[in-house]
Amino acid sequence: MSSTSPSHLHLAVALDGTGWHPASWRDPVAHPRDLLTAGYWADLVAEAERGLLDLVTFEDGLGPQSSHVLAPDERTDQVRGRLDAVLVASRVAPLTRHIGLVPTVVSTHTEPFHISKAIATLDYVSTGRGGLRVQVSARPDEAAHFGRRTVRRIESPDSPAARDVLTELFDEAADHVEVVRRLWDSWEDDAEIRDAATGRFIDRDKLHYIDFEGRHFSVKGPSITPRPPQGQPLVTALAHRSAAYRLVARQADIGYVTPQDADQARAIVAEIRAEQRAAGRAADTLHVFGDLVVFLDDSRAQAQERRERLDALAGEPYTSDARIFTGTAGQLTDLLEELSTGGLTGFRLRPAVAGHDLPRVSRDLVPELQRRGRFRDAYEADTLRGLLGLARPANRYSSRPPASPEPESGAGATPTPTATA
Amino acid sequence: MSKPLKQIHLAAHFPGVNNTTVWSDPAAGSHIEFSSFVHFARTAERAKFDFLFLAEGLRLREQGGQIYDLDVVGRPDTFTVLAALAAVTDRLGLTGTINSTFNEPYEVARQFASLDHLSGGRSAWNVVTSWDAFTGENFRRGGFLPQEERYSRAKEFLATAHELFDSWRGDEIIADRATGTFLRDAKAGAFVHRGQHFDIHGRFNVPRSPQGRPVIFQAGDSDEGREFAAAGADAIFSRYSTLQEGQAFYTDVKRRLAAYGRRPDQLLILPAATFVLGDTDQDAAELAREVRRQQVSGATAIKHLEFVWNRDLSAYDPEGPLPDVDPVVSEDHISRGRAQVRMYRDPVAIAREWRQLAEANKWSIRDLVINTGNRQTFVGSPATVARTVNDFVQADASDGFILVPHLTPAGLDPFADKVVPLLQERGVFRADYAGTTLRDHLGLAHPDAGAGGAPERAAS
Repeated sequence: MSSTSPSHLHLAVALDGTGWHPASWRDPVAHPRDLLTAGYWADLVAEAERGLLDLVTFEDGLGPQSSHVLAPDERTDQVRGRLDAVLVASRVAPLTRHIGLVPTVVSTHTEPFHISKAIATLDYVSTGRGGLRVQVSARPDEAAHFGRRTVRRIESPDSPAARDVLTELFDEAADHVEVVRRLWDSWEDDAEIRDAATGRFIDRDKLHYIDFEGRHFSVKGPSITPRPPQGQPLVTALAHRSAAYRLVARQADIGYVTPQDADQARAIVAEIRAEQRAAGRAADTLHVFGDLVVFLDDSRAQAQERRERLDALAGEPYTSDARIFTGTAGQLTDLLEELSTGGLTGFRLRPAVAGHDLPRVSRDLVPELQRRGRFRDAYEADTLRGLLGLARPANRYSSRPPASPEPESGAGATPTPTATA
Repeated sequence: MSKPLKQIHLAAHFPGVNNTTVWSDPAAGSHIEFSSFVHFARTAERAKFDFLFLAEGLRLREQGGQIYDLDVVGRPDTFTVLAALAAVTDRLGLTGTINSTFNEPYEVARQFASLDHLSGGRSAWNVVTSWDAFTGENFRRGGFLPQEERYSRAKEFLATAHELFDSWRGDEIIADRATGTFLRDAKAGAFVHRGQHFDIHGRFNVPRSPQGRPVIFQAGDSDEGREFAAAGADAIFSRYSTLQEGQAFYTDVKRRLAAYGRRPDQLLILPAATFVLGDTDQDAAELAREVRRQQVSGATAIKHLEFVWNRDLSAYDPEGPLPDVDPVVSEDHISRGRAQVRMYRDPVAIAREWRQLAEANKWSIRDLVINTGNRQTFVGSPATVARTVNDFVQADASDGFILVPHLTPAGLDPFADKVVPLLQERGVFRADYAGTTLRDHLGLAHPDAGAGGAPERAAS
């Protein structure tokens, strides 16, 4: 049972290396030589859990980090090299109890069968706190790491040629997630029967082929992993433009968006809600979170000064797809309240310096939100779905109750799969 | 004494998706809840085992066109559960079976390198091959390999993964705040591989892990499989657990190493083994018979007979005589997704032999399957089992064993509590871990990276 109050905002933190500012590793609080250790990540997630946050996301990619969105670089002055996000999330799962763990997975080059069982397993090892953040890769160099397809080189994400490439990648991502979700449902919850009388471990009528046939691939199923504790772990995606909003509307439980103000937030939310209706999901809970980069200090001047110091170290001013906030926890609370009037139900904060700004979120921002009645005082649910006010969904393949013809979950835009097991 | 006592290596195989695993016993717990894996791993670590082992299966088995429902069904994702187990153990090695057919080198290499970092150097990879289109139906890459290409792909896959592991030397990250230099080398991780199966290039994004590379296991038994192991594996997971077969296999594989410039101690031979313990040898023998009956229900006996007969035998009574019809000889097999059915190369001859056995012993179908199937390797009191395990190893039938209990999650506990202390008393098994990495436990050298190092491995 979720007791999420409608006035409560949801809070996530996006973890990426030593923080989102490219010079963050040079901050005295950073531990750049520990980035490849389990302890580093365990400490960050424990800090986020101390702040009662809904979830943390883990950035990832199938190539080295780059200062360009669409190509690699050869810089030596920024953090390069990282660990697989799903495995980092899984490694910290047994060390935490409440917080959601949402690693990035790249749909463009991975097998949905592997991703589905990996996230189902993350959900098992975290007893119901798993999810994924799906990302496409438009980098030709990453395609060359796999050698199975080429991705057309695009110069800027906003060119007309880029639009076609990205639309195709996002449509493929929607198919990828559809397969992942069907596989999660390919076992009914009570499929394991251990019936000694007949010698049957499972009732095979409760296992289902998913028989997905898409434009890019087909997958038979069922999964090798039973339905995970949450039934459907969380699906989330970052979205900047229409093709990605459509993916969010069709397949996600949370969309992360990047409005600069409440009006932009309102427009983005309206577009996503329209796509959601078009996808036949109007009744589903779909959160839209605003992404913000945060520099948090005791005064705006301090935060500003820290930002400038980091910019000087980086040799250039920091820019981001998301709005960059510099100021105090109180001022950030004001901004979050204002942005939420645009229809955002929560925020994903990107700490500029993980070792500095994450504790500021958990120790300063959260108490301020609590004072204003906008954030939980204690974890109120055992699962990530529960924290987000999402019920455990019925299984799309479930034969019960016999009177209900329509499955409750899944993507309305795609044809209802038939059970053939 | 002519030669010093060998140290035994022991590993724990999480009970698998087959009829060795008894799920009907009241003591049998979940095969999927993480708590079962935690219990099992902690027992293995308490007993100072070398590593935990997970098998793989990427499509649910079918028989007669239906999902096979008599054995345990369902398992977690290997990498993900091993990463979580790294959080609840400190020293235990973590070995995952990962297929080289339905994965890509870049992704597998980054997963193993990540697991190795996250476990502080405890990862191992059991490289298996597969070629069936049946499993391929679960993958976007689809398809399958002609059988003769599976080892060539596996070899090239492994060689490519090594190139990726070795693309970082381990000294690139300097993270010097004062000068602002994070990486010493702008091209760290650069690689180019052009081969028959993989044509890839770019930069690997996981810096060098504590072990450099995961420990490499190989499980195939064919001549090609043995050669593959001799060329590049650190350990081989065999299925010969009788003394004579074990010695023959051991001799054969170790003798192949010289051709690759390797010493016999650079490849460990670790057969799978099952065990049943009792207070006395007689108690254990009785218990072993009971376990065999649990493993082979009447329904299971019929299904196992179908592996050989390759036809629907559901009309037969498991407590009755064997079918008098002959097996169907066909490339199309009634069972899919199961490696063991390939073992029956001449089903008609086997059927004839089994009928004779059944008549001579007055065995029913179920009796026959119980008696011809995999019996427990070690049955006896703790003292008997400890002595037998040690004798096998000292007689060069193996370098140790990968133990497969029949119960989840507590099936390993009696071995840990009763047999391991006896082996420790004999001085043939460690009283505590001496090192921190799996290579340390197995006595394997850490591979050198960079400086053109590495290729003691035979490339494809």
